[in-house]
Amino acid sequence: MSTFVAPDIAWGPLVPVLVVLLAAVAGVLVEAFVPERLRRTVQLTLSLAALAGALVAVAVLWGDVRRTGGTDVLAGSLVVDGPALVLQGTVALLALLSVLLVADRVTGDEDAFAPTAAAVPGSDYEELARRRGLRQTEVFPLVLFATGGMMIFPATADLLTLFIALEVLSLPLYLLSGLARRRRLLSQEASMKYFLLGAFTSAIMLFGIALLYGYSGSIRFSEIAAATATPGGTDDLLLVGAVLLLVGLLFKVGAVPFHQWTPDVYQGAPTPVTGFMAACTKVAAFGALLRVVYGMLPGMRWDLEVVLWTVAILTMVVGTVAALVQTDVKRLLAYSSIAHAGFVLTGVVALDDSGITAVLFYLLAYGATTLGAFGLVALVRERGTRDGTDEPAVLGEATRLSQWAGLGRTHPALAVTFTLFLLSFAGIPLTAGFTGKFAVFSAAVAGGAWPLALVGVLASVAAGFFYVRIIVLLFFTEPAGSPAGADGTAVGEPAGGERVDGADGADGGDAPVASGVGGATAAGAAPLAAATADATAGPGTATADATAGPGTATATATATGTTVERGTTTVVPGEGLTVVAVAVCALLTVVLGVAPQPVLDAIGSVAVLLP
Amino acid sequence: MHTLMSLTTPAVVTAVEDVVAPVAWDGARHAAWLVVVPLVSAAVLLLLGRRADRWGHWLGVLASAASFVVALVLFLGLLGQPAEQRVHDVSFGTWVDAGALTLDAGLRVDPLSLTFVLLVTFVGTLIHVYSVAYMEHDVDRRRFFAYLNLFVAAMLLLVLADSYLLLFVGWEGVGLASYLLIGFWNHNTAYAVAAKKAFVANRVGDVGLIVAMGLMFAAFGGLDFATVHAGVAGADTGVLTLIGLALLLAACGKSAQFPLQSWLGDAMAGPTPVSALIHAATMVTAGVYLIVRSGEVYAAAPTAQLVVAVVGAITLLFGAIVGCAKDDIKKALAASTMSQIGYMVLAAGLGPIGYAFAIFHLVTHGFFKAGMFLGAGSVMHGMDDQVDMRRFGGLGRYMKITYVTFMAGWLAILGVFPFAGFWSKDKIIEAAFVPVDGEPWRAWVFGGIALLGAGITAFYMSRLFFLTFEGQKRWSAKRDGSAQHPHESPLLMTVPMVVLAVGSVGLGWFLSSAGFVEWLEPSVGHAEHHEPVLPVPVIVGATLAVVLVGLVLAWRMYAVSTVPVAPPRGTVLTRAARQDLYQDVVNDAALVDPGRYLTRSLVYGDKAVVDGAVTGLGKVTVGVGDAVRRVQTGYARSYAASTVVGLVVLTVVVLAVRG
Repeated sequence: MSTFVAPDIAWGPLVPVLVVLLAAVAGVLVEAFVPERLRRTVQLTLSLAALAGALVAVAVLWGDVRRTGGTDVLAGSLVVDGPALVLQGTVALLALLSVLLVADRVTGDEDAFAPTAAAVPGSDYEELARRRGLRQTEVFPLVLFATGGMMIFPATADLLTLFIALEVLSLPLYLLSGLARRRRLLSQEASMKYFLLGAFTSAIMLFGIALLYGYSGSIRFSEIAAATATPGGTDDLLLVGAVLLLVGLLFKVGAVPFHQWTPDVYQGAPTPVTGFMAACTKVAAFGALLRVVYGMLPGMRWDLEVVLWTVAILTMVVGTVAALVQTDVKRLLAYSSIAHAGFVLTGVVALDDSGITAVLFYLLAYGATTLGAFGLVALVRERGTRDGTDEPAVLGEATRLSQWAGLGRTHPALAVTFTLFLLSFAGIPLTAGFTGKFAVFSAAVAGGAWPLALVGVLASVAAGFFYVRIIVLLFFTEPAGSPAGADGTAVGEPAGGERVDGADGADGGDAPVASGVGGATAAGAAPLAAATADATAGPGTATADATAGPGTATATATATGTTVERGTTTVVPGEGLTVVAVAVCALLTVVLGVAPQPVLDAIGSVAVLLP
Repeated sequence: MHTLMSLTTPAVVTAVEDVVAPVAWDGARHAAWLVVVPLVSAAVLLLLGRRADRWGHWLGVLASAASFVVALVLFLGLLGQPAEQRVHDVSFGTWVDAGALTLDAGLRVDPLSLTFVLLVTFVGTLIHVYSVAYMEHDVDRRRFFAYLNLFVAAMLLLVLADSYLLLFVGWEGVGLASYLLIGFWNHNTAYAVAAKKAFVANRVGDVGLIVAMGLMFAAFGGLDFATVHAGVAGADTGVLTLIGLALLLAACGKSAQFPLQSWLGDAMAGPTPVSALIHAATMVTAGVYLIVRSGEVYAAAPTAQLVVAVVGAITLLFGAIVGCAKDDIKKALAASTMSQIGYMVLAAGLGPIGYAFAIFHLVTHGFFKAGMFLGAGSVMHGMDDQVDMRRFGGLGRYMKITYVTFMAGWLAILGVFPFAGFWSKDKIIEAAFVPVDGEPWRAWVFGGIALLGAGITAFYMSRLFFLTFEGQKRWSAKRDGSAQHPHESPLLMTVPMVVLAVGSVGLGWFLSSAGFVEWLEPSVGHAEHHEPVLPVPVIVGATLAVVLVGLVLAWRMYAVSTVPVAPPRGTVLTRAARQDLYQDVVNDAALVDPGRYLTRSLVYGDKAVVDGAVTGLGKVTVGVGDAVRRVQTGYARSYAASTVVGLVVLTVVVLAVRG
């Protein structure tokens, strides 16, 4: 009988993760014990404090790690080294900004989340909850739990921790995806799909973990790496195991052919959550992928190169090409994020020391830009009338690209900022995107993967097309809709225009978004959208709208048969939290593009993975 | 001060001695104000917009006058120094630092540049004053003065720069100002077209300057005058010849020399003060400045130098012939300008013996031609903007001041003793008769052409003068139908004319006796005396004789006899001269039409081939995108299936590669 020996835990290096997870636990308690009226404030403060605390902790640990190269903790289950700290810092920063998006009540006193997620969409119960002004403050602890998982994910040193971190970060995301206030069926569908496919690939990954354990007799990365150095008879076990493990990770980063959940989930999830997923999940997943490829499988690089090359090329090409035909902003950004996953992969595949720095920098740059872009999407709203009345109301997000036409004239600040993000996506110099792409492609060339860099550059050129297309749309296209919108006067004034079918508004993406469910989505979402409009149509809100900018009614999803006026799109300022987050993202995009050297140097000085 | 220049001394000289090497002088720093003051004034006038309408023109005058004062101070400072220390390079810090090319932004203050500076600021200020009255009824007078100031700044930068690159900045600046001012009344399409024509012709010349700079950088590793001039000694003659020809091309564009002269006549579309300042006195002489400034290069490239002389000779005849046929007073004056600059270029092409005379003639010409242009402006002012000389006649009695001042300019350009032109133009004719490199045929050809040109000049300038001021009245009605009442112009216009007329009378004698040629020596080098192929008195006598013939001929044809109001058909040569000797037709056939066809076919090629490829690629991409979209069914089951397929394929591939 062996006695249980408690491992000697060095608490110091764990502080960033612990702060976030403890705050998440505390958040759950807040739900239980703090009166409803204070909950949002307390939760928001708690979340921001925890994430800021994590950032501070990362900064405190930085000097130490830079000197020693890092340590492993929890008996080797986690490593806190340079790349782990950089990734944790990045995740914490982006999560902090995401919390601002999540918390912002963009229209009236309504945030982006359903009042009661458990209610059947369109039911009386839901309407009642909405009228009561119920709010879902559980999203804050959920975000914190996910963030905690994301901070563990790139710091894991063994397969089991890897798997657990994956689940910790994924489960809250499945839930968060289903909480959208508007278009609830689409949101629930997204949640369901994400969960099913996530569970599916988790199983695949677990299978791979089992095979790797079977091959090496260990779950520790370093020991598996050592085992691969001595060829044995069961190499096939190792290879298949490695491929299965990689598939699990590639699913999370949204690489082709494991990407198909991305557009549907990104579109359906509440936009703040989409931004959070697109930015933070990708950072965390790529961090883990980096550690697996560089730390566990370098001995098999010749065997696995073909997998990674194929996936990288496919991801870049499919992401770019599919984005060209999108008509929905959120889906377009989803495909763009797929293409970017391909670009980052070229840096990972490089298996060159400069690749680590390049990937880390790219993730920071891409994360900031993406978060900013989704933040702006949340602000662009449809303006319509309440169901069956003439009362003006700000409705859901205007995600159809055609609705964004001419925003450059009516809302120049928003359009210019969005243009900045698009230019960064396209990789135009003086934006963060350019520096990032340059870094990963240089690393790929240095690592001998020049064909990948070539495909990457060509894909960037093609991608430039759809980014510039949006810029043209923003600035050089007449806004669709009535002339009443142009003079900037009549807010909510009934505008002349054609009557549109509601289904048009509900889906905007790939042909039938679950053709079976799509109609139902529209049908279900419509009354909701109309109903929520009731609350926003109070006198106070109407004035707020008036200041928000010119615009009139726009096409709304009303499958119920009532018609709405078609008009221009509007931009709402919200409480300012989103604006702050977007501004920070824009600042990062510019700073990382104009003067990236200090950041590159700082990352480069610690970019050594601990075995 | 004793002078070289007198009737009896063999005035002409050859064999260069080295020009003076630059030395440091702190006072030269103040030269920067020359450029800065008018530039700031131009910026203020343009930026303030209509708010500056009431006082803007006076600010323009003030800026120009301030520059003149600075120039005067610099001039006195330079005079106070010994001759061998009068060349100063002053640097204002590194401007270009690009790989092998490092260049300071610097100015060169020396007798040559100061001569130009004084001319530009003095005549410029007078013309500013004149414009206050001339442009009084134009709503855009402030903008006009902003452009004039811009021009002055650019022109001063051009002549003060100590490197070809900085010179090029000024070169482009005057080109821009010229474009803006020719097209100042651009609501008139013909004027806008004229501005464009000037711009394009100048652009052709600018290419020459750019090529020259490229060659200099390749050959000498630098673009400042000091490096280039020092590098000439060891350079290949072929390269030097190319540089010389490229610089000549630039000079041809800016100075309206054959074959790039076609723009100058059309440039008269600009307001008359512009014609006087830019297209007579200053900017168009920039080409002469460039050639003289590059004297070292031409000294080592005799072929290029010969081409310069040939171009000058052709242009002086060309302009003179065209001038005989023009009925538009400004266009006749423009042709005359072209011809006179031809004299200067010819002189510059004679080498060191001609440099000083080229500049000398440039200065006197700046006075008398500007004076005559202002006179023409005064006539137009009094005659309801009429420019057709056949509609003038007898104006001398109505516009006394204009008449007298114009007469001074007329006698000066004819080269009648003791007017200004006699001291400068006749010296060029004498220099042309000096055999260069011991080849007498050149002396006979160039000397003969110069002499012939003097005769034709006398004819067409007398024609212009008699048609305008003598003979019978041939006035047409005003544009509003009322009768013409010619009247003298206001004081603001006549005073500058009088000042310039004084220069036309006495400047030649004054400069000559004050030792202008010695003054320039530190910049252009000293030249030894040399005998022309004919004795000097014979040349002087012959010149006066042909001038007299031309004058008498014109008197008989245009002052005594009746001049038809409608131009007669005329001889073949007259008709050709009216059409600028068909230069526009030649240009159109040789350059414009082929260029048009080329662009048309390029546009077609761009649409069919390049755009076709791009849109084709776009279509293919979109097609692929559609295919991808079809795979995106929305069903979780199919997503899972594709994940599995991907997984299996990857595994098989890995194992296959391994196996």
